Amino acid sequence: MEAIQGGYQRPSFFRSLSWFDWAYAAALGAGSLYAYKLYGGYMDDYEKGILFLTAVSFTGLGWFWKPMRILLPLVAALSLFGISQYQGELARAGQAFWLKYLFSSQSAIMWMSALFVMATAGYWLGLAARSDFVYRVSAGITWSATAMGLIGLLVRWYESYLIGADVGHIPLSNLYEVFILFSIITALLYLYYEQYYRNRQLGAFVLPVISAAVAFLLWYTFDREAHHIQPLVPALQSYWMKIHVPANFVGYGAFSLAAMIGVAHLLVSKGMLASRLPALEVLDDVMYKAIAIGFAFFTIATILGAMWAAEAWGGYWSWDPKETWALIVWLNYAAWLHMRLVKGLRGPILAWWAVVGLVVTVFAFLGVNMFLSGLHSYGTL
Amino acid sequence: MQPTRVSFYRAVYELFSSMRFAISLLTVLAIASVIGTVLKQNEPYSNYIIELGPFWFKVFSILGLYDVYHAGWFLLILLFLVLSTGFCIYRQAPLMLRELKSFREHATEVSLRGFSHQAVFSSGAASATVVQRLTGYLTGQGYRFKVGGDMQTLIAAKTGSYNRLGYILTHAAIVIICIGGLVDGNIPLKVQELLGYKKIETRDVPSNRVPAISRLSPANLSFRGSVSIPEGGAADVIYLNVADGYLVQDLPFQIHLKKFRIEHYATGQPKSFESDIVITDRASSKSLEGTVSVNHPIIYRGVAIYQASFGDGGSALTMNGWNLFSPLAKPSPYKAQVSQAFGLSNGAERYTVEVVDFKVFNVQDTGEDEPVAEKKQGFWQNTSRALSSAAAVTSSNKRLHNVGPSYQYKIRDAQGQAKEYHNYMQPLNIESRRYLVSGVRGAPNEAFRYLRLPVDENDGIEGYMRLRAILFDKTQYPEIARRFAAAAMPAASGGGEALRARLAESTVKVLEMFSRGGFGSMAKFIEDSVPKAEQERAAETYLKVLERSVLEAYQVSRVRAGQAPAQADERTMQFVRDSLNAINDSFFYGTPIYLQLTGFDEVMSSGLQLTRSPGKNLVYAGSVLLILGVFVMFYIRERRIWLLVKPGGAGGGGEILFAMSSNRKTLDFENEFNMHKQNLTELLKG
Ligand code: HEM
Repeated sequence: MEAIQGGYQRPSFFRSLSWFDWAYAAALGAGSLYAYKLYGGYMDDYEKGILFLTAVSFTGLGWFWKPMRILLPLVAALSLFGISQYQGELARAGQAFWLKYLFSSQSAIMWMSALFVMATAGYWLGLAARSDFVYRVSAGITWSATAMGLIGLLVRWYESYLIGADVGHIPLSNLYEVFILFSIITALLYLYYEQYYRNRQLGAFVLPVISAAVAFLLWYTFDREAHHIQPLVPALQSYWMKIHVPANFVGYGAFSLAAMIGVAHLLVSKGMLASRLPALEVLDDVMYKAIAIGFAFFTIATILGAMWAAEAWGGYWSWDPKETWALIVWLNYAAWLHMRLVKGLRGPILAWWAVVGLVVTVFAFLGVNMFLSGLHSYGTL
Repeated sequence: MQPTRVSFYRAVYELFSSMRFAISLLTVLAIASVIGTVLKQNEPYSNYIIELGPFWFKVFSILGLYDVYHAGWFLLILLFLVLSTGFCIYRQAPLMLRELKSFREHATEVSLRGFSHQAVFSSGAASATVVQRLTGYLTGQGYRFKVGGDMQTLIAAKTGSYNRLGYILTHAAIVIICIGGLVDGNIPLKVQELLGYKKIETRDVPSNRVPAISRLSPANLSFRGSVSIPEGGAADVIYLNVADGYLVQDLPFQIHLKKFRIEHYATGQPKSFESDIVITDRASSKSLEGTVSVNHPIIYRGVAIYQASFGDGGSALTMNGWNLFSPLAKPSPYKAQVSQAFGLSNGAERYTVEVVDFKVFNVQDTGEDEPVAEKKQGFWQNTSRALSSAAAVTSSNKRLHNVGPSYQYKIRDAQGQAKEYHNYMQPLNIESRRYLVSGVRGAPNEAFRYLRLPVDENDGIEGYMRLRAILFDKTQYPEIARRFAAAAMPAASGGGEALRARLAESTVKVLEMFSRGGFGSMAKFIEDSVPKAEQERAAETYLKVLERSVLEAYQVSRVRAGQAPAQADERTMQFVRDSLNAINDSFFYGTPIYLQLTGFDEVMSSGLQLTRSPGKNLVYAGSVLLILGVFVMFYIRERRIWLLVKPGGAGGGGEILFAMSSNRKTLDFENEFNMHKQNLTELLKG
């Protein structure tokens, strides 16, 4: 009888961790200590804090979502390999084999782009052929794209230091770099839900938004040469960038994902593709989860932004267009959550709302930079 | 009477604490916020008048659209939001706390049977055993429970109750953040202004002449303003921009600017802006030294000092004034200081020069290092280039160059009409030739049009100026014309003396025409006096005559200055053509004087922003609560389980009613319900 009860015991979280989980955590700890030993002298206290918090949060992420324990070490190893190939000379990017074809930041990012587009096609093929095999391959491609994107960013970080010790900075400083981040985060969020709901059909809806980002990225690269690493203007030289920007993009990524699920929801509720896509309750649920996580991170990002503003511009809130639009986005999703949680609303209205939410979000993200001027357009000091 | 009053307040309370009202407020707030991002805020009022016209300017002004976020109606929406959220908390929090504590152990069988998530099991075991197993199970699943009842046992269990705290945390956070914002807002100031205690200053006067009614005392709780201090100077006030004027905020200390520094990257882009300052306390006379830079403010006695901008603090400049239309080859020297004015005259008219700005460093994309052939590239070339190398991540900056100092000034004529000028100190490379350039515009919203003055072989302006002098000296024309005629029709070629004389005569005419109004007056002459069919040919001939004779003029000017004649090659011809273009453009330059910058002694000024915002701590505290609350609400899921154990007959065979609920109906909840159902089925089988 005791045995039976023991079988239903929900194991404590720490007891449920495997040796692999602990090895992963130890590797992250050792890695950040090593980084600290090498570069601690160049960091201020905040940056040291961020380094160790990163190790802690990546540990948590890996424990919570197991595939991360493979992805992150793999990305780290390949990035380090790529970096080692430079031998301290930026010019080797065009000469050394591994750099030229795979691991220089530009090559890796081009790989990421190509793979995301392939994955998009793959998911649609899977949807058309109802083929689980094709789905699985597409998921694999999405994972590889994510890995290449991460490698691209990490190697780019290193490259920026090769250009000049004072030029080096984390590659989150302009539209080009954050579009890469956006693609990666959206893909990871999608892969998480794919696994959580054991449901691969939604890739056909989420991947297109990533492909759109990739299309923008490529246009931006080839037409505007936006991929050049630029030194940071003084306003951006702050540790805040390392936390404010990623938090924001978890928000943007999750909102985009929710909007695309919203599109699927609208199709299914009109009877289109209904036999190939998950049930409405599932779509409702994913949409809610995505908006919830997006809202949580967007809240954090906006608050971090306010704190940064207080340090850089002398006021935590200046009603600058970017700030104001962040508030509008936030209010929009707050209203969405109230309708769902308090009024118990479900169905097409929320789906439409999520889609419109993406329009508002894209405006906050791109439109403000393009059409409105303010403190966030780093034209002047 | 009494009852209706109560119900009126009641109705207001109901409305304010209702969800619908809250959502409407959120929507209205969002839409109102958009306005301020579309219409540029806090511009000088004159800009709005130009943009909108007097009628709409008035309308917008009444609506407060030039500073939407501080307009009365906007603050009113915010206030409603605070009230609404406050009432909502007042109404909901007790319920939430009760829910948090309660096990709802008094649920009745009837109500449990009405649940959407419920199941019935039967068990052969004795009640006590069943209860023991069930409580063991619940503990294993992380539930806390209460066991009650006498005839039948009700186990009321729950987990994740702290979810309810999330509501209180988030909504209290909103109220706290808004209050913090209001503390730092300008409501007290607005009220004082409305009551007539404060008046906005709109005149441009030194701070010590601003009267007390437009000043704020150092005790002012919260402010945000700025001041610009020249190197070596000091300030003990800041200016708060309000509507179309400003208020002066007296500081409890004085700031002295020792030095302002800009550092640059190798590419010329700015890397850092720093001010070395000394703060001297008014009360204690103690001083403190420090450096403020972007992202690194200094906080002194609750006042944060930020690096916000920079500018010229009164650099001393020397310049040469060249009269563009005089036969004099020599300039007159001038001395000036940035943001000051001096008088000047070309003999006929008097002008005032106001020096507006000066910059030592001008980084421009001169398009130099990139060969022209490479510039126009197709998509595929770009693609392969971007793909192939990490040269891709660098390169474009190489085209950026520092082109040296420049300054800006206004020249105002006796009627008060002003034109604005922008001159570079050093020659710029344009289409692989070198010019001293000077931009001119009639109004601040226009782009500068640049006059290009070609430089001579010494990279100086003198060659051009001597040529210009001679071309405006009519007494020189016969000599120039004679030389030109002689060169064009050498005696050996057989042309007669008379022909040469006639050529010289028309050459003098051409020169006179050009010196009167440039190419325009030549064109007009041709239009008026030559038959249509021959105009084009005539124009060509005239141009050739002009160019060749001006080449002679150039040689004369050189000889007079004691220089060797220039070689009559393509370079010299190009110089002549450039000079002609420059003289022609001078007629559109707006003033007859070109002020060439010859030397400078730079003094910078630093724009500091000072804020005191006691509401900040409230806002930050609220923010922490908000984040906590949001996570608690989303990720602590509240679930309740009831298990009603009904004893069966003598031989056991009791019935167990299982019901489950959550305040969030999600798939996770469905899954968990199904899991419990299955587990319980197995557990109760034995
Ligand atoms: C500025 C105004 C407000 C903001 C930003 C705001 C924000 C939020 C947020 C972020 C949530 C969390 C959603 C969730 O549980 O996942 C929430 C929930 C909720 N809000 Fe508001 N809220 C505001 C005003 C109000 C008002 C005025 C009411 C009163 C009617 C209200 C009632 C509720 C209720 C009842 C919940 C759900 C609590 C629960 O079920 O646990 N909110 N709100």
